Amino acid sequence: MTAVVAPAFPAPARRLSLRGGLRNTFTLTWRSVLKIRTNLEDLLGLSLQPIMYLLLFTYVFGGAIAGGTHAYLQFSLPGILVLSVVFATLGTGLMLNQDIANGVFDRFRSLPIARSAPLAGAILGDIVRYSISVAVTLGFGMILGFRVTTSALAAVAACLLLLVFALAMCWFSALIGLMVKTPQAVQWFGFLVMFPLVFGSNLLVPSRTMPGWLQAFVKVNPITYLTEAERGLLTGGPVATAAIRSLLWALGIFVVFAPLAVRVYRRKT
Amino acid sequence: MRYDATSPYAVEATGLVKRFGKTTALAGVDLVARPGRVLGVLGPNGAGKTTAVRILATLARPDGGQASVCGYDVLRHAYQVRQLIGLTGQYASVDEGLSGTNNLIMIGRLLGLPRAQARARAAELLARFELTEAAGRIVKTYSGGMRRRLDLAASLTGRPRVLFLDEPTTGLDPNSRTDVWVMIRQLVSDGVTVLLTTQYLDEADQLAHDIVVIDRGKVIATGTPDELKARTGGQVLWVAPSDPARLAEVATLLEALAGAFGGGEVTTDAEADAVSAPVADKALLPRVIRELDDRGIELAEFTLRRPSLDEVFFALTGHRSDPLSRGGSTPPDPPGNTQTRELEGTR
Repeated sequence: MTAVVAPAFPAPARRLSLRGGLRNTFTLTWRSVLKIRTNLEDLLGLSLQPIMYLLLFTYVFGGAIAGGTHAYLQFSLPGILVLSVVFATLGTGLMLNQDIANGVFDRFRSLPIARSAPLAGAILGDIVRYSISVAVTLGFGMILGFRVTTSALAAVAACLLLLVFALAMCWFSALIGLMVKTPQAVQWFGFLVMFPLVFGSNLLVPSRTMPGWLQAFVKVNPITYLTEAERGLLTGGPVATAAIRSLLWALGIFVVFAPLAVRVYRRKT
Repeated sequence: MRYDATSPYAVEATGLVKRFGKTTALAGVDLVARPGRVLGVLGPNGAGKTTAVRILATLARPDGGQASVCGYDVLRHAYQVRQLIGLTGQYASVDEGLSGTNNLIMIGRLLGLPRAQARARAAELLARFELTEAAGRIVKTYSGGMRRRLDLAASLTGRPRVLFLDEPTTGLDPNSRTDVWVMIRQLVSDGVTVLLTTQYLDEADQLAHDIVVIDRGKVIATGTPDELKARTGGQVLWVAPSDPARLAEVATLLEALAGAFGGGEVTTDAEADAVSAPVADKALLPRVIRELDDRGIELAEFTLRRPSLDEVFFALTGHRSDPLSRGGSTPPDPPGNTQTRELEGTR
């Protein structure tokens, strides 16, 4: 009872250096990238979904909407890019939710690492997932006959714009993932918000034929601006206004949801 | 609390209170763990064991009270505490989507080990926990026992001074349990302090140097296993007739005699074909022998032993421990150890 703890171990460090914190973040980014590789279902879902959308929308709607599949593909592919990436952001919330449920986050919190590293690592790692989604959609679209009619530089800009928007949207997904109890709930919440957002836009059909109230919604929907910007960058047409507006929207989404997600994350962890 | 290199305890908690809404999970818990020893935190499901561990391991904030690990306050110096501890939760908190090796490399890297060292440490731990063959496989495919071993390996990656094990053997088969016990003993011999929660009385009996019994968020007893056993009034008489058919007769006889000698409740263990009764007065023993002999009851066993922790638990809480733990695996202590010591008392 009276034994004295001899200072046989080196005194622990007082605080984590910024470099240490960044290294923690990169380690956890490595982890989420590694998980994409090992989680076959996720990888299949990530790549098969855009392929399915492309095939379905092009061949089911193409003739009816645009009078031909090729013409429709030129119109719809930028939209399907947006749709795939937006849906892929749900993965961020799902992974966070699983990490909490499995107790992985408890392990992280018991370690002397930067508190933000698990969240930051998950989100950085997801850039790879979004890139896969974009690459598959664009690649398969080209096999079906889609052509970029602008320039390579514009196409690169189109991809970057998508990633920026996804990086903003994923904070919304993260917030849901941190708040609800089960992965199923993440899916439901996500779809309830994302479906109206994605389909209540000019993403698959021109908004001309829609009722007035819906057109009003389409006009303010960030997905509409993003899709217009993508169309402009990939197949020509005005870009600047739409691109600026979608960037502003991305910023807005980020400014609202990132602090909220971080707050919930801090409370939970 | 300040850093206090002379703090005699590896873990020290005073008056820990934690409420979840209207439920009080901890109602003022005090406990200490001596360095290099195993502190067993014993209690039924929902007693507050996990909550206490979560606070001590910096995962939860207490609503009241103080706690420190190696002299570092768990709230004010959480970062220092985290460098000193390892934690294995009730559920295996390893990443199911990674291989065993990558799980450990990840932890090693997070703890600041260079890549090569993290890899070497992972291989070393996988070998030590007999997981080398499964090292490259994704954890999702592991059995419960393998997962628990990997979880232990993960919590040891940083060579912690204090290891928190929250019900480390719950849900494991007897072989895996014994494996975990062997590993815990090994760690303690390396000088690690272990705080172990369990609802298995035999586990606490086997491993713990000191025991804290928690029930409904309160510490109801502390002491060494011996002290706790001594606390329920010393000894238990254990009588097994050669002919199990006469068990009821023995029980009736003991009830009558034990009552007369101020003893407690007589229990019949149908599985072992034996009757046991707490003994308050040693004058009871010759009387029992005489009466049994008069009735011509032959004996297979007649022992005076200290109570099992299960009996202690019952005496302390008024209810049995979790049914899971009652496999009759607590062997009777060898007779003769009748020393009664002063209990440290609940503070």
